[in-house]
Amino acid sequence: MNIIVVGLSHKTAPVEIRERVAFAPTAMEEPLQQLLGLSAIAEGIIVSTCNRVEFYATSRDPDAAISQLKRFMASYHQLTPEELETHLYDYQGEEAIRHVFRVSASLDSMVIGEPQILGQIKTAYGYATEFKTVGLILNRFLHKAFSVAKRVRTETNIAGNAVSVSFAAVELARKIFGQLEGKTVMLIGAGEMCELAARHFVNNGISQVLVTNRTFARAEKLANEFTGLPIPFEDYIEQLYRADIVLASTGAPNFILDRPQVEGIIKRRKHKPMFFIDIAVPRDIDPKVNDVDNVYLYDVDDLQGVVQANLKERQKESRKAEAIIDQEIGTFHSWLATLEVKPTIVSLRQKFEQIRRGEVEKSLKNLKDLDAKQLKSIESLTSAIINKILHQPISALKQTNNSEEGGNDNYVDAVRTLFNLEPPRAEDELIDLDDGDA
Amino acid sequence: MSTNILLYKITLLLYFASTVLYLIDVIGRRTETGKIGRWILVGGLVTHCATVATRYVATGHTPVVNLHESLSFFALAIVAIFLIFDFRYRLTILGAFSCPLALIMMIIGAAATTPSPTINPALESWWFPVHVLLAFTGDAVFAVAAIAGVMYLMQERMLKSKRFSALYYRMPSLDILDSINYKCLTFGFPLMTMGIISGAIWAHSAWGGYWRWDPKETWALITWFIYAALLHARLSVGWRGRRAAILAIVGFLCVLFTFLGVNFLLSDLHSFRTMQGG
Repeated sequence: MNIIVVGLSHKTAPVEIRERVAFAPTAMEEPLQQLLGLSAIAEGIIVSTCNRVEFYATSRDPDAAISQLKRFMASYHQLTPEELETHLYDYQGEEAIRHVFRVSASLDSMVIGEPQILGQIKTAYGYATEFKTVGLILNRFLHKAFSVAKRVRTETNIAGNAVSVSFAAVELARKIFGQLEGKTVMLIGAGEMCELAARHFVNNGISQVLVTNRTFARAEKLANEFTGLPIPFEDYIEQLYRADIVLASTGAPNFILDRPQVEGIIKRRKHKPMFFIDIAVPRDIDPKVNDVDNVYLYDVDDLQGVVQANLKERQKESRKAEAIIDQEIGTFHSWLATLEVKPTIVSLRQKFEQIRRGEVEKSLKNLKDLDAKQLKSIESLTSAIINKILHQPISALKQTNNSEEGGNDNYVDAVRTLFNLEPPRAEDELIDLDDGDA
Repeated sequence: MSTNILLYKITLLLYFASTVLYLIDVIGRRTETGKIGRWILVGGLVTHCATVATRYVATGHTPVVNLHESLSFFALAIVAIFLIFDFRYRLTILGAFSCPLALIMMIIGAAATTPSPTINPALESWWFPVHVLLAFTGDAVFAVAAIAGVMYLMQERMLKSKRFSALYYRMPSLDILDSINYKCLTFGFPLMTMGIISGAIWAHSAWGGYWRWDPKETWALITWFIYAALLHARLSVGWRGRRAAILAIVGFLCVLFTFLGVNFLLSDLHSFRTMQGG
């Protein structure tokens, strides 16, 4: 049984294509049932997010399954296969496993390490279990993918540093102040960005919010939202010494705060550090303020730079994640291999036993006057012969199963062809095999 | 004596191992190795204590009378003080700075094996171990303060210039580094003060005078004034951050000069040579 992936993502398709092939989360039953109805498909899942649309499936005939899935993707959305062909990718076997592990661990995301994708795959899996389009293999496979994603999250720092401007500001504040509890933030102006950043600060432990604005009513309104304190615009420089963090976003055409002013404020604060975040364009705070001891000034471009640096840091961490995935592919692959071997051994034994029984019964018709002891020795003689014959092939099958390459498919196929064994059915495999690791 | 040398070598080896592990943690971003390094360092501290103890038993004096013993004792104090801070703050990166410092002292100490000196009768006093213990512990606390100061300056530089190296992501907040500076000062300064006073009392019992203005004493006093100034600036002027970090570094350089430079550049009462001379 082979695992297959067919799909497209932000890396291969523009949004115009992605939106046309998206599946509505409210109506997943129909496409899932149609997917399962394809002749080469044994199990299937549909993952549909704004950045990717993918099918995960299992099949005995991967090549046929891939072309069926591609056609299905196009026809379901009233597109011609040619329109999609250049955007679609497909994987099978180990590459398919790797792809799904990487997607769940958020290594294939637009922003590496963003946490939503795992939830989206879990939802997709939820629909598939609800409409019973997954069986033994995909069940195990998806759970494995979730645990790999969790391992990556806990063992690497892939989601460690902020990749949005407002979170980057919160992290910088933590780097300067350590704890944000007990700290005060002042908002100068009341732009939308400013409000968003302030909300992040409040959610991360800031104790007090001061708000000032040219129109006092606006300041009062915003202060109410944060249960903060409105400050008249004429007074704010006087009050600035109370703030550890200052968020500026006024529409003023010139600097509203310069270096000598900040020097005075920092002296009044007994040199306790201050963090100025200037998200106004044009800027509100003279860049020279950054030169004052214990004062840190970041404008929008600086914060963007931090975000870029953090993204690079995530990129480095993703190498560790790839190593974890490599390792997990190995364990999953060998589990998948056992799936084929055990039933083959069982039916091989059954086949031989059947032949033995038939032949013994035939011979016993001619040998009439045998006593119980002689009958017993014929039974054990013939059993011993087939056990001896089967011993070597069975241990060879088991051995390839344990080897790392997982290259036993050839043996399994060979045995099945040589002895004309029935292909195992997915339902049979469910029995007594589900005893491996979780 | 051979047990002592063996223990010293084991300690050296353990310090080397934990230095490597701490560096791998910080540079190679592998947090597991730092944890192992910490335990190896604790092991090193134990064997180091055993080293000092066996030395004491073998020679019969507090083992700080030659360069080898003094360096070893200094390294022991630094490791102990670091582990105390590490226990409180979990500062792997501080270990990546402290361990190499202790390791270097141990290596120089290993090279400086002089035969055990015959002890100057002047040294045989109850005040001697007290003086030495206070002075070295104080110096080790200041060493940690200086390391935190270096880290503060590096981090402050990155925050101001807005260019972050890989180290940035492993550094604790400026606030923590600054509070290490402050804590070290409040512990180190009394230790140093008591170290100087106990030294004076010891000098009185040994040579009959409290203070002789030998270079070591003079430099110790200069160092004391630097730290006094830093403490004053912190408490009443409200200095903190960069300036406090710089002063902590300058102060520790004076400590090092008092400890080593004076001995090599100037000859005096305190130097190891005169101690050996008897």
